[in-house]
Amino acid sequence: MARHRGWRLLLILPFIGLLYPPLYATDSPELFGFPFFYWYQFVWVPVAALITWFVYRRTRSDRS
Amino acid sequence: MSHPTDATALVVFIALLAFVTVLGFIAARWRRGNLAELNEWGLGGKRFGSVVTWFLLGGDLYTAYTFIAVPALVFGVGAVGFFALPYTILIYPLAFLALPRLWSVAHRRGYVTPADFVRGRFGSRSLATAVAATGLLATMPYIALQLVGIQVVLQAMGVQGDWPLVIAFVILAAYTYNSGLRAPALIAIVKDALIYITIIVAVIYIPSKLGGFGAIFDKAGAALPKHTPKPGSLIPSGVDAQTTYASLAFGSALALFLYPHAITGSLSSRSPNVIRRNAAVLPAYSFLLGLIALLGYMAIAAGIKPSNPNFAVPDLFIQQFPSWFTGFAFAAIAIGALVPAAVMSIAAANLFTRNVWREFVRPDCSDAEQARVAKLASLFVKLGALIFVIVLPTEYAIDLQLLGGVWILQTLPSVALGLYTRWFNRVALLVGWAAGMTWGTILAADASFKGSVSTVHLFGGHLTAYWGLFAIVLNLVVSTVLTLVLPRDRAVDETTPEDYVSEEEAQILPASPEEEPRFTREPRPARTRN
Repeated sequence: MARHRGWRLLLILPFIGLLYPPLYATDSPELFGFPFFYWYQFVWVPVAALITWFVYRRTRSDRS
Repeated sequence: MSHPTDATALVVFIALLAFVTVLGFIAARWRRGNLAELNEWGLGGKRFGSVVTWFLLGGDLYTAYTFIAVPALVFGVGAVGFFALPYTILIYPLAFLALPRLWSVAHRRGYVTPADFVRGRFGSRSLATAVAATGLLATMPYIALQLVGIQVVLQAMGVQGDWPLVIAFVILAAYTYNSGLRAPALIAIVKDALIYITIIVAVIYIPSKLGGFGAIFDKAGAALPKHTPKPGSLIPSGVDAQTTYASLAFGSALALFLYPHAITGSLSSRSPNVIRRNAAVLPAYSFLLGLIALLGYMAIAAGIKPSNPNFAVPDLFIQQFPSWFTGFAFAAIAIGALVPAAVMSIAAANLFTRNVWREFVRPDCSDAEQARVAKLASLFVKLGALIFVIVLPTEYAIDLQLLGGVWILQTLPSVALGLYTRWFNRVALLVGWAAGMTWGTILAADASFKGSVSTVHLFGGHLTAYWGLFAIVLNLVVSTVLTLVLPRDRAVDETTPEDYVSEEEAQILPASPEEEPRFTREPRPARTRN
């Protein structure tokens, strides 16, 4: 099969990680002076980008 | 704090703006196309590759007003203002899934606006008009806010009066009219370079003077609970603060790519894969926006006492930076306003031309006439925004832009879900849209347009969430129930399942079974006029 559309389900991960604030709405642990609440969400920027890139590589159908 | 005239800053500022103005006119000759065609003027010929699309969308989505308003909100209320970061992370998985479908169907059927798509998909003039009107209503105050962004930095440099804004407007109008979408695409490259330099310098240099990020967060955490009338906090604690945070992030993310200017920016790309690749690399801007949000805390830590929260960042820059770099940073913000203002006025002009002029005034107008009308419409749209900003209090533009987000979200069932299914009845969608628009507006008005959230009591409990999210839930419920109740929708869907996958994919993929083309197989009656 040329298509692996199931990989797209990975795109749910950022929603789970970011839309449930009790998961990360705390002060500690701090990193470089940043409370957890802030650096946790910053970390999600590259993580979400990598997930999207991975899904793109797995689902693209052309060879370019 | 009153603002004395800063000559050094002003000279740097004017020099940079003059440079991008020249660039705006040169843009007409870039990747030359026939600018007398709407497709060329309004979508750059649909030839932008990954890199240009990255700059254009980045410049288009992360507007100057964002650079002023997000840190202003963080400065005032703390953590809640930081919702901008999860919001701008979550737009990309959504864009990755939906926009390539929109691009493909628009490419295949010659659609220029989201309303064109709704017209073709649901065969309904009323629904398409509702979508177009919502787009225009939501975009106009957004353009006005970009001018507010320019006004703020001009005032911060001690420039008083309305004439500088009029000059900025004339420049913007002239090169947009002349070069179309190519102008903001080219200027966006300069804008991004300036913004990146400004923010990287700001987040290294300012904390070094204020004792590091630890000290900044400590001072902000100590000061926020003392804010009046509403205390802020560094961490959102309690259920209401957390549902506010999550619903603002989610609702705003759903709304963003329904805005006409976001769709215009996406449709101008060369292929669906350009959009998909960009969904993976555009978050670089989100990181930047998160850093910009933290400027609000730096302003608290630096003891900035602005006359109005919008001046928190400009005043911080004036206090911390040497004059020439302040001029550089303010030019970055002002140019950051010109790019989205140009794209928004082009998107609004496309909507007017395709869905008002061609639909109601001159159904058989030529492509050249459409381009001519769109160019003129872009002028009127900007003129309207300028008059709005000069004549009415700034508050109105801000309130209306907030409402615009609630409104544009109500086109989600027709535009975004419409990309996946023709199940909904067109009349049901129209009634759902009206219900969502009405309730969203009432919620906002009840809250005096403050805070973006309301508390709704239901089933013995309560929920505090973004107005737009309440309204879209009502909209979806009404659309679904009415679709089940109403007799079957016989309007013709002119699109086919193959239209939604790009050519390269179509060679490999079989049509998805969920997109059974039952509406297209019916004998074609005359197009429904409702």
